[in-house]
Amino acid sequence: MRTMKTFFAVALSVLFVAGAIAPALAQEPVTIRYWQYYYDTKVTAIDTLIAQFEAENPGIKVIHETFPYEAYGARVAAAVPAGQGPEIANLFYGWLPAWARAGYLQPLPIDHAEIESEFVPMVRAAYMNGEYWGLPTGVRTLALFYNKTMLNAAGIQEPPRTWDEFIAAGKAMAIKRGPFFVQLGYGFGPAGQDHHLIREILLRQFGGVPYSDDNRTVLYNSEAGAKALEFYGSWQLTHGIGDVEFFPGRATYRDGFIAGLIGMIVDVSFAIGTIRNGVGDNFEWGVAELPVFDGGEPHNFGSFWMNGLTPRAFESEAKLEASLKFLRYITSEEAMKLWLREVGELPARLSLAEDPALASDPVYGPFIRSLPYSHATFFVDEEGQRQIMVDAINRVLLQGVDPAESMRIAAEEEQALLDAFWSR
Amino acid sequence: MKLKLSTRKAIWAYVFLALPLLFYLGIRIFPTLQAFQMSLYDWHVQADQRSFVGLANYTRMLSDQRLLQAFRNMLWYGLLGVPAQLILGLTVGLMLHSIKKFRGFFRAVFFAPYVAPAVAVSWVWSLLLSPHLGIVNQVLWYLGIDPQPFMTSPSQALPTVTFVVVWQFLGFHVLLFLAGLESIPRDYYEAAQIDGANRWQTFKNITLPLLNPTIVVSLVMATAAPSTGMLQLFTHVMNLKFDDPGGPLGSTLTVVLYTYQRAFQAYDMGYASAIVVVLFVILLIISLIQIRLTSREVEY
Amino acid sequence: MARGQQRLRVKPATVFVYIVLILGIVPMLFPFVWMVLTSLKPFQEVFSLNLLPSNPTLANYVQLFSRTLFPRWFLNSTIVAAITVASVLFFDSLVGYTLAKLPFPGKNVIFVLILSTMFVPTEMLVLPWYQMSAQYGWLDTYWGILFPGIMTAFGVFLMRQAFATLPDELLDAGRIDGLSEFGIFLRIALPLVKPSLAALAILTFIGNWNAYLWPLIATETRQMYTLPVGISLFSGEVGAQWNLITAGSAVAVIPMMIVFIIFQRQILEGVVRSGLK
Repeated sequence: MRTMKTFFAVALSVLFVAGAIAPALAQEPVTIRYWQYYYDTKVTAIDTLIAQFEAENPGIKVIHETFPYEAYGARVAAAVPAGQGPEIANLFYGWLPAWARAGYLQPLPIDHAEIESEFVPMVRAAYMNGEYWGLPTGVRTLALFYNKTMLNAAGIQEPPRTWDEFIAAGKAMAIKRGPFFVQLGYGFGPAGQDHHLIREILLRQFGGVPYSDDNRTVLYNSEAGAKALEFYGSWQLTHGIGDVEFFPGRATYRDGFIAGLIGMIVDVSFAIGTIRNGVGDNFEWGVAELPVFDGGEPHNFGSFWMNGLTPRAFESEAKLEASLKFLRYITSEEAMKLWLREVGELPARLSLAEDPALASDPVYGPFIRSLPYSHATFFVDEEGQRQIMVDAINRVLLQGVDPAESMRIAAEEEQALLDAFWSR
Repeated sequence: MKLKLSTRKAIWAYVFLALPLLFYLGIRIFPTLQAFQMSLYDWHVQADQRSFVGLANYTRMLSDQRLLQAFRNMLWYGLLGVPAQLILGLTVGLMLHSIKKFRGFFRAVFFAPYVAPAVAVSWVWSLLLSPHLGIVNQVLWYLGIDPQPFMTSPSQALPTVTFVVVWQFLGFHVLLFLAGLESIPRDYYEAAQIDGANRWQTFKNITLPLLNPTIVVSLVMATAAPSTGMLQLFTHVMNLKFDDPGGPLGSTLTVVLYTYQRAFQAYDMGYASAIVVVLFVILLIISLIQIRLTSREVEY
Repeated sequence: MARGQQRLRVKPATVFVYIVLILGIVPMLFPFVWMVLTSLKPFQEVFSLNLLPSNPTLANYVQLFSRTLFPRWFLNSTIVAAITVASVLFFDSLVGYTLAKLPFPGKNVIFVLILSTMFVPTEMLVLPWYQMSAQYGWLDTYWGILFPGIMTAFGVFLMRQAFATLPDELLDAGRIDGLSEFGIFLRIALPLVKPSLAALAILTFIGNWNAYLWPLIATETRQMYTLPVGISLFSGEVGAQWNLITAGSAVAVIPMMIVFIIFQRQILEGVVRSGLK
């Protein structure tokens, strides 16, 4: 009996002491790392968010590390297998299948219904194998950037709303001197946004769909696919509103627009900052929603960089909790408002995407209004699939291949790529 | 006990080689073998989750049209670029060696492209060679020659890349040849002069044979070496057509660039490793053949 | 023939050589000049494709030195390149000498083994190197950046070829004089390959100065970046700040040119005597 009593006394005091220590233990600071590529405004925005987050969560310390954009993928590739690197990594959504397959990412332990009810539909592209693998702070859509000064000089006051008006405006602005274009109506960027323009926008506007619902079958080897590519090619080949060979360098079409030599480009919302900074006071420019066919439906391409968890976040309960907390913090409504203001990427939450004040903004408005009809292509190999569509365009523009035939080749190549991915 | 001279030399050889061998084995060869091992697996971050796939990564290469195109391009880069690098390097080297006035100036001029950072000058070249806006086509047009598409044409892009690479690495080879030429003791030339040999005879009987070791180095470096080798091009291909690397239509794609894309964009390390193994074997064989075929026994 | 004419006579071959060399100046230097002139333009003017800046400005240089860690990257690159050159000169010439002049069993195997390391693209080595660096705590240190380059197959190959041409009798003479094997290498052989050594110094310096992938992977903090890694921060997802890239590149060229000028004097001095008369 006595022993029993002693036992209980000891047991109780152990429990008591443990109870007193446990919260203290929980306050032991947890350190997590956040990685993204280096971009001035993104770095500042995340630093601001980290400062606020750490103030609200004294037990968590967040280390923010950034790397040059060009080699960000290589940097992550080397670090994670060595047990180094971040708990939370920022990545382009199109990299998800490759990262997940190689074990660089783990699924998010967040309720699917919560994500689907609160985020814009394109976030569905972060869903694979029955799981969500990341959430964005900001998303992107495409719009038509136009050189207002050049457009007005060509006698046109309003940016085009239909493709017919687009071609007419392009013709009015294109200038050729001898064999050389000196000014373009439209700046072709096959590897920029134009491969999206064909796959997700023109093709759908012609009534087609690019892929099956499960994203495993290529469906653009169709009449709509051929029409989309033919129509796009006709801008150069028939209407002469531009030439794919026009502007040299890296971001050819965008650089040419900044130089004031190109009247219109299709570009992504994230480019606003660069364009604004590059154009300066050289000319007036504006942004308009992408054209449609007379009476046709609008479509757009959406994309995003998302925040995902690496295996490192799962090393301990405390780390996972801290990582999730931070991930939720940088994908909160407040964070998205800051992100739009500082970085210029569109909010990924429905509550903000439907905000009328944002939708009427002269620059961001056209992008935000496109959110409801934006599609994010589900890439299993973003680089490989982009290349296939870029080649499809170049076959038509550079080699004069029949658009239907070019689409057929592309569909065959891409199907092989998809099959190879899913069969491994 | 006194060791034979040959034994003593051998022992000293191993002493001299001890530390370097440790370096090459530990830092270069062991990691290479690790990379080779990766080619037999389906890559995963965690070692215990890498599944052994045998030679699947190798058989996959046979039906990879882009890779086969890269290998075909490699052949053309080699055929166009290697002779160009060697002949120009040797010619300019000989010229710079022969002059007496403004030697330093001209050496600096022809060496300058080699020190120019590749990213920046590739961009500048893409501006100069722009079909519509570039100064080269403006000049051609002024001279009554049709403008050329250069980097935007599937048939001209590869020669254009080769041109820029040869331009950039000319200084590298010129420097090697100058060092080789200056290493030839001057009393040889004096002796030849006394014998009444003319320029061509001197070149053929003294310069060329004594330059042979340099020519072998230059040849291997122009062919298979990293960065300067025509068969391992990467930076220039990437930067001359940045928005469509290896384009247009894969016409400038190189094996190293494709490997980089597979490894660090598709995170397909197993496959990338397999490609590297094949590339390694090809480059090693080519280099050994080159060394064997071109090396002549020479002693001053 | 009058005396004055005699002195003025220039061989036609020499004239031809100078004409060719002069014709080479423009294609060799023009892209360079373009790069430097771009660095004097504000970003708003970079894409105008005019050769001359309309209002030349040093603003890009000011920004580099005051608002980025450019001076630090410059220092890092200098440290890394200097140590690497010293190490490469010593080890590569020693190995090259051994392979060329000392007979020993396994010589060809070792030569091929070393040579073969040239044919593995760096991309496939950065993963194992990173793993190694993480294990031994080399990440984000100078040693971590430079260790893969302290010896090079190229240098070994170049020096082996250079030493191969030296007459054995010369080295034997050293042995008779009682020099150690190392002494023969250092005192007799090395001075005779000075031009190749100088070329190796120049090429190694430039190779390291421009190295990109491994220095990027090996560093974590911006303070440890080398020049090319730092400069690559100026190009991003939606465009490159060519005004800053060209400015950084123009400054980065200066040390390379200095190293070239210093060492190429050594090449010019050449080797006067073969030592065999």
